[in-house]
Amino acid sequence: MKVSVDIRHSVQHGDGTKPDWDGIMETANHQEGEAAAVKIGDSPLESNQPADSLAASFSLLENHMFPDPVESNGSAAVSRIEPVNSQPPDVSAEHLGLDEKPPSDQVMKLDPEKTKTECQNDVSMQPADGTTEDDATDNDQSDSGEFVVTMLAKAKLEEQGIGVKGRSSPLLEAGTQESSSFTSHRDEDVTADSWRQHRKHVFVLSEAGKPIYSRYGSEEALSSTMGVMMALVSFVQSGDNIIRSVYSDEHTVVFLQKGPLVLVCVSSSRQSEQQLQGELLYVYYQIISMLTQASISRIFEHKKNYDLRRLLAGSEKILDGLLNLVDSDPSFLLSAVHCLPLASSLRDSLSQILQKAITPNLVFSILIAKNQLLTIVQEKTVIEDSRLEPADVHLLLNLIGASSAFQAGEIWTPICLPLFNPDCYFYAYISYLDPPECTVCLLLLSTDKEAFYSVAECKRKIEEAMMAQNSLSLIAKAGTYSVSQVGVSDLRHFMYKPFDVPDNYRQLTQFTSPEMEAPYSSEEEKMRLLDLYRYMHGRIHSTSRPLKLIYHVAERETLLAWVTSKFELYTCFSPLVTKACAITAITKLLRWIKKEEDRLFIRYPPKYSTTPNPSKSSRGGKSDQQDSTDNGFLSLL
Amino acid sequence: MGESLPRVHGGAQQHSDTLRRPVHTLRVKMVLLGSSGVGKSSLALRFSKDEFRSTSPTVGCAYLTQVVHLSNATLRFEIWDTAGQEKYHSVTPLYYRGAHVALLVYDITQRETFVRAQVWLKELEKQYIPGSTVIWLVGNKGDLAHDRQVPLEEGESLASNKGLYFIETSALSGEQVNELLQSVAHRVFECIGAQQGGLTEWQETPTVDLRHKDSFNLFASCCKVGP
Repeated sequence: MKVSVDIRHSVQHGDGTKPDWDGIMETANHQEGEAAAVKIGDSPLESNQPADSLAASFSLLENHMFPDPVESNGSAAVSRIEPVNSQPPDVSAEHLGLDEKPPSDQVMKLDPEKTKTECQNDVSMQPADGTTEDDATDNDQSDSGEFVVTMLAKAKLEEQGIGVKGRSSPLLEAGTQESSSFTSHRDEDVTADSWRQHRKHVFVLSEAGKPIYSRYGSEEALSSTMGVMMALVSFVQSGDNIIRSVYSDEHTVVFLQKGPLVLVCVSSSRQSEQQLQGELLYVYYQIISMLTQASISRIFEHKKNYDLRRLLAGSEKILDGLLNLVDSDPSFLLSAVHCLPLASSLRDSLSQILQKAITPNLVFSILIAKNQLLTIVQEKTVIEDSRLEPADVHLLLNLIGASSAFQAGEIWTPICLPLFNPDCYFYAYISYLDPPECTVCLLLLSTDKEAFYSVAECKRKIEEAMMAQNSLSLIAKAGTYSVSQVGVSDLRHFMYKPFDVPDNYRQLTQFTSPEMEAPYSSEEEKMRLLDLYRYMHGRIHSTSRPLKLIYHVAERETLLAWVTSKFELYTCFSPLVTKACAITAITKLLRWIKKEEDRLFIRYPPKYSTTPNPSKSSRGGKSDQQDSTDNGFLSLL
Repeated sequence: MGESLPRVHGGAQQHSDTLRRPVHTLRVKMVLLGSSGVGKSSLALRFSKDEFRSTSPTVGCAYLTQVVHLSNATLRFEIWDTAGQEKYHSVTPLYYRGAHVALLVYDITQRETFVRAQVWLKELEKQYIPGSTVIWLVGNKGDLAHDRQVPLEEGESLASNKGLYFIETSALSGEQVNELLQSVAHRVFECIGAQQGGLTEWQETPTVDLRHKDSFNLFASCCKVGP
């Protein structure tokens, strides 16, 4: 059963067994009453207390993340429970959520005096104010998150009959070990307003509440916030529910649980829940692509509170890069791959070059220019098994961007394609063909980890053939196109994604789009247009009321989105275009695309056969490299 | 240890210009090991291009080549610059297997990386017959000597206890980097090249356009070590 919480109105609860939720969130009056109930440490236990605390946690989280705009709504309760704040983050991370069942009953047993004592040793940035649970009204938000964590951690300990002692702090230790590869936004002050004002935060934590990744700010500074997030997840889970999202006026908080990982997005981008969830899924897949799903589950089966940052150290840049791409590149929104427009004769000749340069166990040969796909050749038996998913290609492109292939010459690295097979590694050979410019990149994927030399030999053959055909200079001339080529006045931009049709069944989903030109040439304007597209996309794909055609008059432009069984199309026109005009324009546009489709898309992706033993490359086949590479992680525990 | 060896670079240059007689080019597999951020990629970049750039963490393993001319042979170094990140440790044996030279790199301003280098040494010792791999202990970031946590003597004494060669370098300034490569070349040629089958000869494949210097012999084994 799914729960959707909306702080603005009321709580929608699936089974209605916790009626108090509505009351808590509905009005300030109710909050006062409920907050008092939360506050009183030795009040009799009632069955709805988990819900009370959950509600409090919601507002605490809200308050911590973005205090001002939602002040009048949910956070009134927060200032009431504020004084009992501050638990060192290590305690929360250590003990929170070790058990699947949250220690709901114990929450209220918490002795305020004891908690206050804990404050003395507080290591957080806020000085522990000595006030008690009286009417403190200061808005000490950054510690507020710790309240719930404190209660949870404390309760958990009491449940187990252990007191809070020892200040061992695995998080802080881990923190000092962090290498100097910190980028500046990792050093951000997480209590600062500028931190709260980021458009989209992304957090990854383990089920034990241990921080794994934060897009902004260091993970250990955010351990209490992440503790609260985990508390929310656990509370809802205890009622056999899954928390999906929390809405406030300004922000949407979306949760995604994948195996032992919890991903949370706090966004003010006004995207739909589905879109944000899709983005979190990309983050999850990127982590999988580095570690594989199998090893992640094994690690956490082995040791619930394992600090996964050990294994992800040095990969923050890859995740940062992914999130920046997700925000700026519509490929992710459309789940489709953008290919570079190219004369079909040139594309075919490139494909043939790739097709000829093969070696056993080679499964994909991919040529990329300017971060867009030129061509892709796949092993026959592999595509019979399954097709390469756009998301896997996106992850590969992001990896190339983050790799140092541009300076090293050749890279050989294990990589997992999560949608192809989340438990297995491929070995990727990455090399640029046009140093020092480094715009044309060759990516060869093999299932054989020993194949470096033979795969590098393939590259040499490809390089040679391309030189003979002068391909590089031809590729250099290719590029994105201008919307003016379509010849439809008032059309400013579009995105067109054809669906699978019988003749290209199992083909990689692609889309085409012209360059963003004036008035969308600045970064802000580009983002604004993308936001409009995201809005249209959200409406089209709304789960409650999907639409097929939207004519949307925005402030500075008019948009029309249209989805049929054959394609999905988003168009942007100048402001005063009527619906009839727009439809006529779209007819012209579709005709133009039809005419140009050989240039705009990879029409018939070629294949080769390299695998003497088909089972080795197939999706289900357990290849030997999985065992030899994955098991290594266990030895680290 | 780290003694300066006669410079042969200039002489070698003439060599390739005047060359009509066949010169042996031997393949040397060299692997760089060490913690994340100690400067392995920077050293590798110095070796191959004599450049310095601030780098991102290495993904998997980077492969570079550099040719070093000695008076009586030419060595083609195939440099495997491994990622220091822990997530790649399970695949690192793939890269260091069959290496003729291993550079254990640490950062002189981070004691932990020095400890880590010793762990790598143990790893290597598990795999190899002594004598088949020349191992150097390399203290990098010599330009940050004011923040030094590992004294020069400590590195030296560890090296002499374990029978390693030792040098301190700075990939940033380039100090001692070329010296390191030259001494490695001499040592590896003396120690391994002299053995029967110690180093395999590198040949360009017949189809190769000679303008391509980076090409590989598909059939030659890169992993033949020792007799």
